[in-house]
Amino acid sequence: MQITINGKSLEAKKGQNVLQVAIANGIYIPHLCYHEKVGAAGKCRACVVEIEGMRGLQTSCSVPVREDMVVETKADTVLQAQRLVVDLMLSSGKHDCLSCEQSGHCELQDAAYYLGIERPTCQYGDINREVDETSEFIKIDRNKCISCGRCVAACNNTVVNQVLDFGYRGHDTEIVFNTDKKMAESTCVQCGECSQICPVGAIIDKHAIGLGRLWELDKVETVCPYCGVGCKLNLHIDRKSNKIVKVSGVEGSPTNDGMLCVKGRYGFDFVGHEDRLTTPLIKEDGQFREASWEEAIELVASKFTSIRDEYGADTIMALASAKVTNEENYTFQKLIRTGIGTNNIDHCARL
Amino acid sequence: MTNDIKGLKDSDVALIIGSDTSEAHPVISARIKQAIIEGRTKLIVIDPKEIKMADYAEIYACQRPGTDVAVINGMMHLILKNGWEDKEFIKERVEPETFEALKSEVEKFTPEYVEKISGIPAAQLIDIAELFGKAKVAGLYYAMGITQHTTGVDNVRSTANLQMLCGNMGVSGGGVNPLRGQSNVQGACDLGGLPVVYTGYQKVGVDAVQEKMEKFWNAKLNNKPGYPMTVAFDKAFDGEMKAFYIMGENPMISDPDLHHAEAALNNLDFLVVEDIFMTETAKLADVVLPATTYAEKTGTFTNTERRVQILNEALCGPGESKHDWEIHQMLANKMGLNWNYKCAEEIFNEIAAVTPSYAGMSYARLGNQGLHWPCPTEDHPGTPVLHVGKFAKGLGTMFAVPFKDPAEMPDEEYPTYLTTGRILQHFHTGTMSRKSEGLNRLAGPHVMISVEDAERIGVGNSEDVKVTTRRGTITTKAFVTKRIPNGTAYVPFHFWEAPANILTNNALDPIAKIPEYKVCACKLEKA
Repeated sequence: MQITINGKSLEAKKGQNVLQVAIANGIYIPHLCYHEKVGAAGKCRACVVEIEGMRGLQTSCSVPVREDMVVETKADTVLQAQRLVVDLMLSSGKHDCLSCEQSGHCELQDAAYYLGIERPTCQYGDINREVDETSEFIKIDRNKCISCGRCVAACNNTVVNQVLDFGYRGHDTEIVFNTDKKMAESTCVQCGECSQICPVGAIIDKHAIGLGRLWELDKVETVCPYCGVGCKLNLHIDRKSNKIVKVSGVEGSPTNDGMLCVKGRYGFDFVGHEDRLTTPLIKEDGQFREASWEEAIELVASKFTSIRDEYGADTIMALASAKVTNEENYTFQKLIRTGIGTNNIDHCARL
Repeated sequence: MTNDIKGLKDSDVALIIGSDTSEAHPVISARIKQAIIEGRTKLIVIDPKEIKMADYAEIYACQRPGTDVAVINGMMHLILKNGWEDKEFIKERVEPETFEALKSEVEKFTPEYVEKISGIPAAQLIDIAELFGKAKVAGLYYAMGITQHTTGVDNVRSTANLQMLCGNMGVSGGGVNPLRGQSNVQGACDLGGLPVVYTGYQKVGVDAVQEKMEKFWNAKLNNKPGYPMTVAFDKAFDGEMKAFYIMGENPMISDPDLHHAEAALNNLDFLVVEDIFMTETAKLADVVLPATTYAEKTGTFTNTERRVQILNEALCGPGESKHDWEIHQMLANKMGLNWNYKCAEEIFNEIAAVTPSYAGMSYARLGNQGLHWPCPTEDHPGTPVLHVGKFAKGLGTMFAVPFKDPAEMPDEEYPTYLTTGRILQHFHTGTMSRKSEGLNRLAGPHVMISVEDAERIGVGNSEDVKVTTRRGTITTKAFVTKRIPNGTAYVPFHFWEAPANILTNNALDPIAKIPEYKVCACKLEKA
């Protein structure tokens, strides 16, 4: 079907809401609680628009499209209402962008930028909510929370760990773990889905704090090295230090749709670990010494050749690896089969 | 997996047997839980531990370790007795004589008989069979809880029997779905990292295959199948095997009966280890070659649903470390071969040229979504679900599988079942995950024991327990929980400080040569 947004006729599918059609067509409407993964909540009211024939302003995330619908996202009344919503959010928290980890990919910041809000017009004086840094990998700063509910929905409906919820009422509403436990004492499994979906700086990957803004980092899409699910992930790389700063799940991936586990998201220390092997080693009198590639390869090739010639190729065994690539398993078995001349190759599929 | 991950949501009933899914495959468990809370799927969990997934199950049943054949035979007995089998599927797609043989084998597996073997109450087995048997589409999900037994092949055949009996093959949401435990364990198998096959499971020793491979590689090839690793260790122990070349594996943590494994490796004339760290295995080596990690290389992994996906190089490896394929190329050339690969993509193209199931793939086609094998031609969309309409071999074979006890059963001296496995926070031998202080703080070595056993030996939570089997002893912290039944203990195998595999039994499945990590007999004592 066709709908019109800001005078432009656009293709829309039955079942979509107005916000989804706008996003698909590159039209920005501030939205802080809606996320394609957790759907519409209709909570934040930042996505209000004018729809011809409907009374008052409508939250675009919750209105399904109709044939020939006419939508206006930039009318003065619309912008004024959006501005008020975003202004009040900024007023009711400690949204200090200067040192906030999320600055640069904060959706509240994007909304303020779009609406031209420099400073909130009022400021609550009594905000001093709890910062929970008890857990291993995730920092919760409730002062920055806008109660959008994305993390609660993601924890309950996406990863279905059912740890996060809203607790208390009205002005005191905040996200809680189980029955308002500290994160570390809760049943949280540190999958980090909440941190990935949080639109602001309220839920942050702890170990990445201070290591660079997202825009300073290169993003490289690859595959998780742990179990066999094959979750797609982005490595956020600091080129200056040649280090991984942060890992995020690839949204829309058919294997994991952005989800990761605690190992895939936070267990990457081994890559840059100081104990990594950096040079070939040869054992002499029970001790390893450093060697050049030339020397090590020469030794291995000559040893394999002499053992093969003396005892036969089938006295040599090779263990391939379930942790290296297809290409490397291929070259390995090709080497063993054509270079040494045995089919003694196996790996730990059974172990 | 015969099926794909996305299709999980199409299971009306999911049976998890022998997989602690939320610990070992957390993202797949999330997908199953989604289907449950959305009301699409009902879950049955059968496991000796009351795993977290049991909290989401319609029915949770606790079987004695090593009794899966009896449980599945019992389910099939009831399904046949009540006429819940898929008669049309059996008629059209199963070898009739094998179906008859199965039928007569399961005849004696009455719920009462199965209760005696497995400990699952007869009434509960009836409920399980009804829920599973009446489901329109039921998916079966397992992991090493099915395979790591001396009856591993029997167990797998039983799962296939059940799925054919209920007509659950070749449909989205159905299938026999082993959840593979390592990032590229599927790919290592696909690419010929096995003693009996070349890439794409082309059999060693078959004349046409030998001829094809000799021509393709321009080399004279050995036509005798090789030894599986578990057998090679025994042969090294006996002195028959002279050299090992180990790439990216750590058998000194992952092998059964580690004392035996160490003696075997020490008995070699020459051991080469290619790895990223000085692992427990590398310490025993004569030469250690430094390799790169996933973040430092381009290449492909094939995941549990047979989807081939691209890894992109994000970092340079440290020092003089090299990609494994570069190391292989240096060695090949030193040994007189003439290799000249310039990048991983060139190797992939060679793989596609010689591997029928990968023939239609290229990096350009894999893109960011990947492709499921088999993908035989350049215009083939890949195969998310296997066996649609027809089995690759024609008619499906059912197997009459008699029940056998595990190799080692509890007795007076060692009265407790010992079973091993993984926990969420760590991975395999710990070479990667143990380098994270955070993960180490989240979870350390322990033995999971029942409240009754803890009281009997007089230990509380986090107190030291001595676990002893006929192979050895470890001392580790008690994790006392109601989630494990009286008379069973569970040790995760990731930890060098308390290696579970000092304890495990290296009795092998006669066909698959897989060790029986999931069952042996132990004794628990206060340390």
